[in-house]
Amino acid sequence: MLEHYMSLGVKAIFVENMALAYFLGMCSFLACSKKVETAIGLGMAVVFVLTVTVPVNNLLYFYFLRDGAMAWIHPSMGQYDLSFVGFLSYIGTIAAMVQIVEMTLDRFVPKLYSALGVFLPLIAVNCAILGASLFMVEREYNFGESVVFGFGSGIGWLLAIVALAAIRERLRYSNVPLGLRGLGMTFILTGLMAIGFMAFSGIQL
Amino acid sequence: MSDKKDVLLDPLFNNNPIALQVLGICSALAVTTKLETSGVMCLAVIFVLLGSNFSVSLLRNKIPPNIRIIVQLTIIASLVIIADQVMKAYLFDVSKQLSVFVGLIITNCIIMGRAEAFAMQNAPGLSAIDAMGNATGYSIILMATAFIRELFGSGKLFGVEVLPLVTEGGWYNPNGLMVLSPGAFFIIGIFIWMLRAWKPEQVEEEG
Repeated sequence: MLEHYMSLGVKAIFVENMALAYFLGMCSFLACSKKVETAIGLGMAVVFVLTVTVPVNNLLYFYFLRDGAMAWIHPSMGQYDLSFVGFLSYIGTIAAMVQIVEMTLDRFVPKLYSALGVFLPLIAVNCAILGASLFMVEREYNFGESVVFGFGSGIGWLLAIVALAAIRERLRYSNVPLGLRGLGMTFILTGLMAIGFMAFSGIQL
Repeated sequence: MSDKKDVLLDPLFNNNPIALQVLGICSALAVTTKLETSGVMCLAVIFVLLGSNFSVSLLRNKIPPNIRIIVQLTIIASLVIIADQVMKAYLFDVSKQLSVFVGLIITNCIIMGRAEAFAMQNAPGLSAIDAMGNATGYSIILMATAFIRELFGSGKLFGVEVLPLVTEGGWYNPNGLMVLSPGAFFIIGIFIWMLRAWKPEQVEEEG
């Protein structure tokens, strides 16, 4: 049982890395990776929000949205299939969670809050967060699995953005062709990193 | 008049959502292995962006500023649900291939970004034109990437064989990198390079 969770976690971090294998959360991945410090802050926020939202959306799906899920309220409620409003409820949960994280950080870690600044509300529209919830629904993870999956994919994303930020900090000293400076170079770098991460894809757990 | 023309044509090359504004990249990379899926994706994005920009702009004086993100998300999510249901009904295969990326149109930054940056300040008609321009700019990059990836990655265009593969007795040895994720990064990186070589004013100062 523990092994199963371990392998799911490792898979979520390395083999199916959110950023490099599924291109999720790319916008903030590219825009906020100029400094390692900001990258770490944003990455931590993503880890936290993912670990909270994926399990919450999992409960939402299994107890309200799935075909016949509401039978636990009353047998007659079992006939409803609300899965079509899934998108709306997942994004609602995510927006609410981001709001809570924002208020908590503001109250307890004001330094991190001001460092993250505008990025924090943007997490609500970070595709990695919604993507993880949608993958969870598509692969029908149970509650325990969804906790591990949410946490694992967050860590994977954190790892990728910190690595990219570190490379970009070093890149400042090199002479990049004019048109490739900034965004273009970042794309090529991310491509090279994705090749590196593909080395994990053969791993059998 | 020229105002409207600028709003429509600027996002195509001068202020492209993918290459310059860094918006909507996730889906641009993920769905472009085939022309068919990316075509459907473009249509869905055009529909959602038009609808959201128009309706956000209609409501722009009614939305309280501090809850505007949730209101915008609700509008966008409803439009995406419509697109998703239509796709499931009429294009089931493509919708299966796109899997989670249909839902991810909600968090496609182009849509939020345009709602926030343009539709909240401008009249509905102009916002719709802006939406059309941005969606077209997005589609150009998407279709161009998909064209290269499908042609060189699997020797096909829209699923029709163009370059006969070695495995089926032809002469073309497919380039596996194109189908995999790194290929997409390289192609878009090179597109940005070409665009900036053509229009040097887009070059970023520090690296």
